[in-house]
Amino acid sequence: MALTAAELTVVWLSLKVAIVATLGGAIPAIAVAWLLARRRFWGRTALNVLVHIPLVVPPVVTGYFLLRILGRQGAIGGWLDAHLGLQFAFRWTGAAIAAAVMAFPLVVRAIRLGFESVDRKVEESAATLGASPWRVFLTITLPLAFPGLAAGLLIGFAKALGEFGATITFVSNIPGETQTLALAIYTQIERPGGEAAASRLIWLSVGISVLALVASELMLRSRQRSDA
Amino acid sequence: MSVVIDVAHRAGALQLELRETVPSGFTALVGPSGSGKTTTLNVLAGLTKPERVIVRMGDEVWADTTTGAWVPPHRRRVGYVFQEPRLFPHLTVRQNLLYGARPRERSHANGIAADDVIELLNLAAFLHRRPARLSGGEQQRVALGRALLSNPQLLLLDEPLASVDQAHRLAILPYLDRFRETHRIPTVYVTHAWTEVAGRADHVIELAAGRVVFSGPATAR
Repeated sequence: MALTAAELTVVWLSLKVAIVATLGGAIPAIAVAWLLARRRFWGRTALNVLVHIPLVVPPVVTGYFLLRILGRQGAIGGWLDAHLGLQFAFRWTGAAIAAAVMAFPLVVRAIRLGFESVDRKVEESAATLGASPWRVFLTITLPLAFPGLAAGLLIGFAKALGEFGATITFVSNIPGETQTLALAIYTQIERPGGEAAASRLIWLSVGISVLALVASELMLRSRQRSDA
Repeated sequence: MSVVIDVAHRAGALQLELRETVPSGFTALVGPSGSGKTTTLNVLAGLTKPERVIVRMGDEVWADTTTGAWVPPHRRRVGYVFQEPRLFPHLTVRQNLLYGARPRERSHANGIAADDVIELLNLAAFLHRRPARLSGGEQQRVALGRALLSNPQLLLLDEPLASVDQAHRLAILPYLDRFRETHRIPTVYVTHAWTEVAGRADHVIELAAGRVVFSGPATAR
């Protein structure tokens, strides 16, 4: 089945949003996961709760908060607009932020498990060999936590690809700008006579998700082979 | 160069109270399980930070809780061989051996040639293997080589030969002797097997329940 121009636009936009959300969220997620796994500090519980908020409140609430904070009238959004000309509301970049925020707790949980599976005794032995904390992290901890890292990024990508509630609340449903696959499917289902178009988009989204899953499985397996 | 350690530390059931000057040369640290031997090594290496501690290596202050001085483990230049090998599972034996050798010293760390260590510890056959494919004794030999190649100022050996078979043990011990004599590195050797240290220990410290019950020349024990 050949894709129409409109479908291509939707698919391309969804991939762009999901990839930017996944990569953009990766470094903060790694940092937070490491802090939660390896450090005891004042405010650790508060950080853990904060990270999980998007998982437990209705997505529409997260979208509303994003609008209040990053919208043009928002506390940070107003400043960014006035001083840097940056706008996120009703833009695809806003959709990426909404997707990243919604995926964040899932990504942090998976990566944190990866870090917790790394034997601290092995990290200690690296330190006695003269490795600075940064070198230990980059050459020992991160490579050994790779399965958790890969799992976290995959689930983050999947979540970002399917995000709906926070996205539609924060950046609305604008074809070509913020209308991702999930939003396009919703639009077609709502439209009388849109079932055929909706089912094409539904199969497309299933196909993309399965492809991502298979790719990550292959990546993990080839890595395990090279470890043997 | 001697090492001064003065420590008060509680860890679980253990209350460690220790004030010792470890002379340069070979010091055997003996005592029953749970008497604080490993904890003492961890304090020397900086892996454990006690409530009250002073560690001095020659003129260098590594730790002093009265002044807040603290040198982190990676700046202490100790070669630490743990009870278990603790190799890096994702790196080859060769990469493990060279992990602590500084880049410009890769081939010849402070006169410690990687090739010599590889030959004397009989590691040449599995340089390109990952640790998981080695036996426990082989892994421990790699751990020993890795510590020696990190160019240490102080060697901490925590029952390093417990998992090494008899034949290799008899080969490694004389090599360790030569290594220490050539490089004059103070060595603290924790063991249950008195035969490993008899005749080579200069000094003996015996612990029981976190306290020193004997400290003196090996001949006096």
